[in-house]
Amino acid sequence: MLSKRIIPCLDVRNGQLTKGIKFKGNIDIGDPVAAAKQYYDEGADEIVFYDITASSDERDIMIDVVRRVAETIFIPFSVGGGIRTLEDMHRVILAGAEKISVNSEAVVNPSIIKEGAKAFGSQCIVLGMDVKKTALSDQIPSGYEVVIQGGRKFTGIDALWWAKEAQHLGAGEICLNSIDTDGTQDGYEIELTKLISTNVQIPVIASGGAGKPEHLYEVLTKGNADAALIASIVHYRTYTIRDLKAYLNERNVKTRMQW
Amino acid sequence: MIAIIDYRAGNLTSVARALDYLKEPYKITADEKLLIESDRLIFPGVGAAGDAMANLKHRALDRLLPRLVGEGKPMLGICLGTQVIYEHSEENNTECLGIVPGTVKKFPDDLRDRGQPLKIPHMGWNTITFEKKHPVFEGLPADAEFYFVHSYYPAPSDENWIIGRTDYGIRFCSAVAMKNLIAVQFHPEKSGRPGLKLLANFCRWEGKNAE
Repeated sequence: MLSKRIIPCLDVRNGQLTKGIKFKGNIDIGDPVAAAKQYYDEGADEIVFYDITASSDERDIMIDVVRRVAETIFIPFSVGGGIRTLEDMHRVILAGAEKISVNSEAVVNPSIIKEGAKAFGSQCIVLGMDVKKTALSDQIPSGYEVVIQGGRKFTGIDALWWAKEAQHLGAGEICLNSIDTDGTQDGYEIELTKLISTNVQIPVIASGGAGKPEHLYEVLTKGNADAALIASIVHYRTYTIRDLKAYLNERNVKTRMQW
Repeated sequence: MIAIIDYRAGNLTSVARALDYLKEPYKITADEKLLIESDRLIFPGVGAAGDAMANLKHRALDRLLPRLVGEGKPMLGICLGTQVIYEHSEENNTECLGIVPGTVKKFPDDLRDRGQPLKIPHMGWNTITFEKKHPVFEGLPADAEFYFVHSYYPAPSDENWIIGRTDYGIRFCSAVAMKNLIAVQFHPEKSGRPGLKLLANFCRWEGKNAE
């Protein structure tokens, strides 16, 4: 039986973990490679890196981070943020990432999903979606709207339609982030996760709102998510990945305990 | 020296990094001479069977690889590298290398586990039920999990070659062994310590089955 995946997410800027995340415990503050190594040792099933970097010089720093992480951890890891072209994807893959996450870029230019899947395989292309609850309308029949540019720009695109479209274009997985719950630590957006996950055939990673082990349990059962993205809950050392997995296994949500 | 077979398929660098970590010398190559000289072969890959076979033919590896395996060189197949060793794949309706008799099939669309619909691809960590002992799997915990990502699965025509099975709505063959060949559907290079242990075992394996 397939395990549910627990995936720590690291935001990286100029090769450093962003200031907003205050790491405690043994993690070397600011070094994404050390953080990735620690989470790998603690039983993370995958690692996600989001690059908040803008210029091309800084992009080279990120490529170097990806390479150093690839030498250190032997689980899948994905890289997202500002990837606009096949060439961008290729550089990140050559540096050692398994998966590429596209978000705003895919809304602006959906063919990047198709081209990426053709060049590197669907398993490599993750659609990142930032979604906000909105009033039901003809344009947004699901009541959830896709928002891009880090939550700044509403697109008028229905989240459910976009998820199905991305699957059709060749995305192998969807990382679904609720802007309403993001960073609150009050729990994932269960309704949204269930809506998307039960209407696409590809795996869905739930993101935004994990603060307690119960939240992971809820989204992986009621929310029908295949994986849970976590950040603050482990960055602040409130819980370890092992704590979270043990909690889930006790409640018959199978996670990988042997690593 | 280990030869990682280069046929422009996805994750060659992941396998190379795992071997770097294990301090095992290797070359990523499609060169006939190097492949012949190598002590053992790793046949990795992600992607589609059709493209993979086209690339193998383009490099004349479709003739060389069956020959080298036939001569007794130990070979480890990984994921797509495991699938193209069969005779035929339903993916792109592709004639494959035919090193192992059997076919590669697509997971049915209506896969369920206890009533719940299952996603395709089968992506993530899953266990293997070992049906036979094999030196390459020695020392691995029984509940070890491995990282899978695939929409097709191997179905060898002789079940005696199956050494491990995995449950995903159906019980499919996740590991086969035939003399000096071992082929796994998962990615040992991305399966944490158990995966590294498997690769280390392969690097020491003489190509003889324990049973």
